[in-house]
Amino acid sequence: MKLRTMVWREIFERKNQLGTSFLAILLGISVIVSIKNITHYSEKAVARELDALGANILILPKSASLQDYYSADLQQEVFPEEYVERLTNSDLQGLDNLSPKLSMPFTIDGKQFTLTGILPKNEFQAKLAWQSAGIFARPEGCGTVVAIPGQDAEPAKETLSRKRVIETIGEAEMLVGADMAVSLRISEGDSVSVGGASFAVTAVLPQTGTVDDSRAFAHLHTVQRLAGKDSVLNAIEVVGCCNAISDGLVQKINKLLPEARVVTISQIVDTQIKTNRMMSRLSMLFLVIIVLVGGASIANYMYANVFERRREIGTLMALGAGSAVVLRLFLLKALLLGCVGGLAGFIIGTVTAVILGPRIAGVPVFPMPILLVWAFGISVAILLIASYFPARRAARLDPVSALQEV
Amino acid sequence: MLRMHSVTKSYNHRGKRVLALDDVTMDIPAGDFVSIVGPSGSGKSTFLLMLGGMLSPAEGKVVVDGQSVYDLSSDKRAALRKKKIGFVFQTFNLIPYLTALENVQIPFLLAGVDGDEQRTNAASLLERLGLGDRLDHKPSELSVGQQQRVALARMLANDPAIVLADEPTGNLDPDTGRAILAFFEEIHREGRTVVMVTHDHTAAARAKRVLRLLDGKIVNGGE
Repeated sequence: MKLRTMVWREIFERKNQLGTSFLAILLGISVIVSIKNITHYSEKAVARELDALGANILILPKSASLQDYYSADLQQEVFPEEYVERLTNSDLQGLDNLSPKLSMPFTIDGKQFTLTGILPKNEFQAKLAWQSAGIFARPEGCGTVVAIPGQDAEPAKETLSRKRVIETIGEAEMLVGADMAVSLRISEGDSVSVGGASFAVTAVLPQTGTVDDSRAFAHLHTVQRLAGKDSVLNAIEVVGCCNAISDGLVQKINKLLPEARVVTISQIVDTQIKTNRMMSRLSMLFLVIIVLVGGASIANYMYANVFERRREIGTLMALGAGSAVVLRLFLLKALLLGCVGGLAGFIIGTVTAVILGPRIAGVPVFPMPILLVWAFGISVAILLIASYFPARRAARLDPVSALQEV
Repeated sequence: MLRMHSVTKSYNHRGKRVLALDDVTMDIPAGDFVSIVGPSGSGKSTFLLMLGGMLSPAEGKVVVDGQSVYDLSSDKRAALRKKKIGFVFQTFNLIPYLTALENVQIPFLLAGVDGDEQRTNAASLLERLGLGDRLDHKPSELSVGQQQRVALARMLANDPAIVLADEPTGNLDPDTGRAILAFFEEIHREGRTVVMVTHDHTAAARAKRVLRLLDGKIVNGGE
């Protein structure tokens, strides 16, 4: 028999008394692991999003709010389409792909979707003024996503989902988001009717994990007509050159379009970054609560445990156990409970994160082994610190008063 | 050899000073079998715990094999008990969540004996006490007499030269009590010093000597 055998037996003998205190630690560790896990993958998703989008710029009406990059254009506010012309005719350096957009809601089979009008690149090119003086006449190659006219274009759906621009789209053609296609059982070649206009589905877009999956894309001018609006837009997406942005491209566009609001993607994902930061702070708050509440609860339990076991402690002392053995008996209990709490907290927290992560943060979450070390560390530290003074009291017990024989 | 020299111990009980031992001086030679008798509150248990290094006197010295026990630190006194002294309690004081075998293993564990040897030795002691078929029973699954026998096996585990028993038959039926007393005679014959506190004069008579404690003083003693 080893000392830890005695510890395990005692834990199982009096498990009910331990339950509440241990649960406080267990739940606390689970919540922290869960938050940290979700936050980590959310941050990674933001980083990936930023990476994939490069240094995009979004031009919105002045009164538009900023919440999510992908849904920034789904607002009522509009500005004139003429802004596109102003941009293309300007001498601004570092502007690559432009994508003017106007969105409108529509319903099919009782389900709500968004129809987004986009202006294909071939129409930019068709305008000679733009060709000669506009963005496509300028040298390219600043490292951002660029499709130079004349080069082989990627298939329309990949271009739209990745670069958010498209080479060509007919006035009666439609590209359908992945979720919408599944929901309405639409496939390429089908026909869809929106607001009395009939569209031929030319492509079903790949899954992006964004609101784009519930959108349909059609020609800008068709959507303007369906929405009953003249040449207006909700947004212009611009792939700006990174260097140009750092050289003040945003300010230059602002100067050119003083009535519009010009923001970079990083400003928009800032909301997500702030959410992640809030989650991090929340996990710190939980940590403090666990240290205080869980620690106090464990300390209270340990003091009660020492009191309840004083006869046992006295007996061990009568049998020759020194104070070090008694101290070890209680600290070993704390260590074992800490390890179990850490492991169980990691498992519960990870399972919770993997299940709830995609729903809460909209990102896939995977187990992070490093959090096991973290959970162990926190759990063991809390248990050991909270148990030290009760254990010391046990070790210093007067064996006679412990035995209550006198 | 156990010696008490001018030992005094008092307690405060509800503001009143209660004298448990009053200037007690006595010797118990090695290999002796002594019964301590006296009415409740006469200081019998105090006497026994003090001999076992569990309760320090207010005045005087307690000497075990030439070593003044209370000049040692509490950890060294624990080490002395582990090496030389075996306690038997009236209420047995078995660890309730451990089996009979594991209870007897405790002194081996404290002495640093490895697991296999612990089990073999503990099983052999329990078999000596007639509990070979109760090794895996917890105290709650044993009769009172069986529990006392487990406690005796545990007491013998460190092969003590000195056995201190506090009312060892106090909770037992007469037959079991007699069997336990026979066991004390047996371990005395092995050469151990046995000091037994009891209020039962029949039990006390089984010892070589009977000391009577009254109001903290030894009032008579003899063969």
